Amino acid sequence: MDPFAPYQWLADALTYRVFGLAPGSRLALAVDFFLYDVPKVLTLLAVVIFAVAIIRSFFPPERTRAMLSHTRLYGGNIAAALLGIVTPFCSCSAVPLFIGFVESGVPLGVTFSFLVASPMINEVAVILLAGLFGWRIAAIYIVSGLLIAIVSGIIIGKLGLESWVEEYVYKLRVGQAAEIAEQTWRERLVYARDHVGEIVGKVWPYVVVGIGLGAVMHGYIPDDFLARYAGVGNPFAVPIAVIVGVPLYSNAAGVIPLVSVLTEKGVSMGTSLAFMMAVVGLSLPEAIILRKVLKPKLIAVYFGVNAVGIMAIGYLFNAILR
Amino acid sequence: MDIKVLGSGCAKCNMLEDAVKQAVAKAGLDAQVEKVTDMERIMGYGVMSTPALVVDEQVRLAGRVPSVDDLVALLTRV
Repeated sequence: MDPFAPYQWLADALTYRVFGLAPGSRLALAVDFFLYDVPKVLTLLAVVIFAVAIIRSFFPPERTRAMLSHTRLYGGNIAAALLGIVTPFCSCSAVPLFIGFVESGVPLGVTFSFLVASPMINEVAVILLAGLFGWRIAAIYIVSGLLIAIVSGIIIGKLGLESWVEEYVYKLRVGQAAEIAEQTWRERLVYARDHVGEIVGKVWPYVVVGIGLGAVMHGYIPDDFLARYAGVGNPFAVPIAVIVGVPLYSNAAGVIPLVSVLTEKGVSMGTSLAFMMAVVGLSLPEAIILRKVLKPKLIAVYFGVNAVGIMAIGYLFNAILR
Repeated sequence: MDIKVLGSGCAKCNMLEDAVKQAVAKAGLDAQVEKVTDMERIMGYGVMSTPALVVDEQVRLAGRVPSVDDLVALLTRV
């Protein structure tokens, strides 16, 4: 049974009985869509962020680093991409994390697999995808993100770009990895609760605005309206989606509800996936922060390899998800 | 007691610094609170997730901001 059936019932009751909107009218469709999706997405966010925070409390970056040091190409890239999902990451820690990894002998390519996977496969993006597109698309997103992280890390590793890291990184003396007391269960629960408050508090306006715009389009724009412009038939749709997506950082929470409606109106699935990955995974603020440790050439390679990978995924799913 | 808050200047690092100062006042501890933003010194403690808390040269916390009460407990349990 759909666990969100009560939400649909409530949204229907409000739309048709309380507001007295005519069934099938454009306004009713838009209002019903909004009243169903906003509480559903916020509930999903709260529940899953809580669970993810508990899981993450077992994988501090210090432990991830210990697991990845002295790994090799290929195996190390796969491990790094997977650990990228569970290790908490915020772009403000990107620099100490990068230095810590490189210093403890994590190969550069493996470090990049981590740096690609960690922001791209984040809980907010995955939950919104699952809530609005279903779990199949969310799973495809996760697998695609892992693939891009693994392959781009391997490519960067193979290119041997160690000299494009700022020299001082190799000269820094990193202290013995800190021994930090294991958190108690009470601390984990408090951390998870605070984390839910922090993330939901930050993203809810985007969710409301994103779903609100989506609701208007859902009600007022005919289905398949956009198929002519951004459907499978347009070979430029994927690169344009990626180029537009990169500067839209931090609006993932608002962008994904919008994209779900664009898809309904005829934008193909591969193009939508590429757009979302570009929004979530590649961000200019992260590039600026990483500039402290990477020379501009290496940042360009990082973005270039990633963008090409995202486009490849876009074309692939345009070809197979009809 | 010598307390250092390690952080490169993100919002959470300032939150931890405030919380630590409140905890010190609340517990009535005789402590110096220093904010460390220099990356070389931060890395010297082997910390990779900021903010981190160092008490008498020992890393006690990394990557999260606990409540003032939890900090009081942490600082008084030596």
